Amino acid sequence: MNLNGNTLALLPEGILTIAGVVVMMAEPMLKPGASRKALGWLAIFATALAGAASIVQLRVVDQSGRIMAFSNSIQVDPFSIFFHLLIASVVIVTLLASLDYFEGHADHAGEYFALVLFGSVGMMLMTCSVELLMVFVGLEISSISTYILAGFRKGNARGVESSVKYFLLGSFATAFFLYGIAMAFGATGSTSIAAIAQKLGTTATPTLALLALGMIVIGLGFKVSAAPFHVWTPDVYQGAPAPIVGLMSTAPKAAAFAVLLRITFAGFAPFEHRWASLMWVIAALSMTVGNLGALKQTNVKRMLAYSSIAHAGYLLAAFTALPQNGIAAAAFYTAAYSAMNVGAFVVITQITGYVEHTRTIEDFTGVALRRPWLGALLTFFLLSLIGIPFTGGFFGKFYVFSAVIGGGHWLLAVVGLLNSGVACFYYLRLLVAMYARHPHESGNDKAVYTKLTPAAGLALAACAAGTLILGMMPGRVLNLANRGAAAVLAEPVVEQDPTAVLMDDTRR
Amino acid sequence: MSTEVPIAAYLILAAILFSIGVGAFLIKRNVISIFMSIELMLNAVNLTFVAFAHKWGAVSGQIFVFFVMVVAAAEAAVGLAIIIAIFRTRKTLNVDQINLMQN
Repeated sequence: MNLNGNTLALLPEGILTIAGVVVMMAEPMLKPGASRKALGWLAIFATALAGAASIVQLRVVDQSGRIMAFSNSIQVDPFSIFFHLLIASVVIVTLLASLDYFEGHADHAGEYFALVLFGSVGMMLMTCSVELLMVFVGLEISSISTYILAGFRKGNARGVESSVKYFLLGSFATAFFLYGIAMAFGATGSTSIAAIAQKLGTTATPTLALLALGMIVIGLGFKVSAAPFHVWTPDVYQGAPAPIVGLMSTAPKAAAFAVLLRITFAGFAPFEHRWASLMWVIAALSMTVGNLGALKQTNVKRMLAYSSIAHAGYLLAAFTALPQNGIAAAAFYTAAYSAMNVGAFVVITQITGYVEHTRTIEDFTGVALRRPWLGALLTFFLLSLIGIPFTGGFFGKFYVFSAVIGGGHWLLAVVGLLNSGVACFYYLRLLVAMYARHPHESGNDKAVYTKLTPAAGLALAACAAGTLILGMMPGRVLNLANRGAAAVLAEPVVEQDPTAVLMDDTRR
Repeated sequence: MSTEVPIAAYLILAAILFSIGVGAFLIKRNVISIFMSIELMLNAVNLTFVAFAHKWGAVSGQIFVFFVMVVAAAEAAVGLAIIIAIFRTRKTLNVDQINLMQN
């Protein structure tokens, strides 16, 4: 294959953009009542192609090192490829699970597929950008798509409410993130992560840079729903369509974590001792708030929203570890968390359907007895979320906490393990309910069971296989995560900004 | 040269604008007003960028402002559409009454 650097660097994003535009243009040409499944399959095919493009990138990176493109604003390295593959997998599974979700309910499902594709373009762009301007553009492409997706069930008051809350809090967070970038620019005169790192190493008055770091952490903290910036999460997850909750609790978060890892470990590396303690506090707070909040929830989606806050806490704990171990553990944890959480939400999509009459833990009573396979899979995903051995969740936690202990933060590891204990209660409460006999002999009349289609079955099988492989033989994924960590920490390419020199000359 | 306004003045003004935006976001109860306060915060960021771009003599800060404006416009288009959708289903724009999902 003979591609020039720029084309190859953004090939996955390019494929997804073109496919998204095609799907969006084809949508209005179909008759209102017609099935949109063909568009869904097109989207799935395009995402698979984008994943394949990432693998081609990996081959090239293996042979000739990282690819720098677009004036050093895009860096394709094992780290970005790791997250590209992760995001592509999550998107494929989400699309497979949503193929039949809209049948007979919404006659504009094509827009949904297009928005998922556009969202994934943004997420992928975030992970391979080493220029904060590109990070910002990617973040917004991903956020704006997910704002719309959250409220995709237009007539549903809860759905729209979820959308408006997500939009307001998300934009609020973006403003903080931008103010942080502006301050970083003020402190260093550049918005490139590599140049920021270089300048910060020599700066004498770091006040502005510290403020910048604080603002960026606040902004991304909102996006990954870390406490105390988590208030929007339960409401948004409760109201959004179930397959979309599976997507937005994993892929955009993974992308935001990738950005946060790059900004902290590569950009603000000279300040590591300062932000590590900040991350310590946020991590401990997120775990505790998430797990204690989940204990008293009755709505299943709301409970899993709190659980996702807690998992963001475990992930943030990895930031306190030594750089190489911390980045690798965090990357691995996002993969494990994505597999099990998307899986759980795909099962919930199958159980609740579009209308969602089955909402509370009580409504889930006896579900596993009537649908043994769905019950067994949800059990497996919940056990993985608890962190039972031989599941991805266990190895994720194991690596994160051993990295944290390796970094000398015993107390944080203890807080995390205690929290894992607390987490057992609410996951098990749902499990017990699923396998309990319903008080009415006739069974639970609230549950709306959708027929398990081959596509949804494939999505479930993929999630289960992913969770199992990450738990039984994590070697290859961990290897790529380790290479990714090394790529983030590698000596960056710093090039003098030609425009800056030009303007300097005219001023003097 | 003595008449030139110092950079610090622009930065302080931007910080004040940003704080007003944050304050209004927390205090205002109408969704449109909340959205306007976010726009105020974004404009404070733009002012900061332009001021720093002047300080460093770097065009990249000014280019960043263009991107922020474009993205803010896209966000406004989507945001106003979402606000119309919520008004259709709830017949109100008061955030205190948009609370179907409390436990």
